[in-house]
Amino acid sequence: MANLANPTAFLAVTRRALPWLALATAALFVVGLWSAFLAPPDYQQGETVKIMYIHVPAAWLSSFIYVVMTAASLGTLVWRHPLADAAQKAAAPLGAGFTFICLVTGSLWGKPMWGAYWVWDARLTSVLVLFILYLGLVALWRSIEDPGRAARAAAILTLVGCVNLPIIKFSVDWWNTLHQPASVFRLGGPTIAPELLWPLLVMALAFTLLFIVLHLMAIRNEILRRRLARLTMLVAAEGDALAHRFVAGESGA
Amino acid sequence: MSEIPHIGFIVAAYLVSAVVILAMIGAIVVDYRRLSRALRRLDATRKGDDAP
Repeated sequence: MANLANPTAFLAVTRRALPWLALATAALFVVGLWSAFLAPPDYQQGETVKIMYIHVPAAWLSSFIYVVMTAASLGTLVWRHPLADAAQKAAAPLGAGFTFICLVTGSLWGKPMWGAYWVWDARLTSVLVLFILYLGLVALWRSIEDPGRAARAAAILTLVGCVNLPIIKFSVDWWNTLHQPASVFRLGGPTIAPELLWPLLVMALAFTLLFIVLHLMAIRNEILRRRLARLTMLVAAEGDALAHRFVAGESGA
Repeated sequence: MSEIPHIGFIVAAYLVSAVVILAMIGAIVVDYRRLSRALRRLDATRKGDDAP
């Protein structure tokens, strides 16, 4: 595992692992979608419950990705791990993407069930704050040119923002919200019927594996981007040295 | 199929998710190809400079 801290070793491992991981993700999506569409309708919501199979995994991922980014931020600030800031930077747009899916599918589920696309309740608002945090982190990375300074600033903002995670998780318990309380990860066990729960768990696994694949690919891009920047500077320096030698030769002649 | 209540909301939710996921995959793949091409070009330039 420590060997993966070396970018060259990381590239070699991802080159071998990515095709298999991508294949496993595609297979899980086929099984998950198939079982989701064969699952019986909910006794209250009818077939509209099918939105759950994408909304809930996207919601779980939106928080999980922020946890990954928080760990990467600690890696940047405390251990100065060479790949930590690359992992943090690569995860932010993915977090924004999955949180966007969570918000839009939730809105499309809310309209037929609640009669409104959006309500300013604690769960929805805290997830919207998470989405804005992701966008802010993407913007922060793009606005600071020096990668070291950008990494430290993004790590600090990520650590400050992680206070939102328990608010998202416990908002449905702390406040009187329209959003339903936890029904899968709860102390008394899941309250969903097994026929609906299994497709949901397969879809959650498929979404998680998809994030892992995309995250590895995005980290690989980040390593290549840094290698390209280094090489460009090297070529420019070599060009300068050559020009200096040429000018010196001309003036000496 | 069209008799299923709220089918439009279900289809829209799956369509939006598919579009966003495909956009994320596409952006990462395009970025990878662009970076690989630029690195190959730069390597070729350096080798060309080193040649006698």
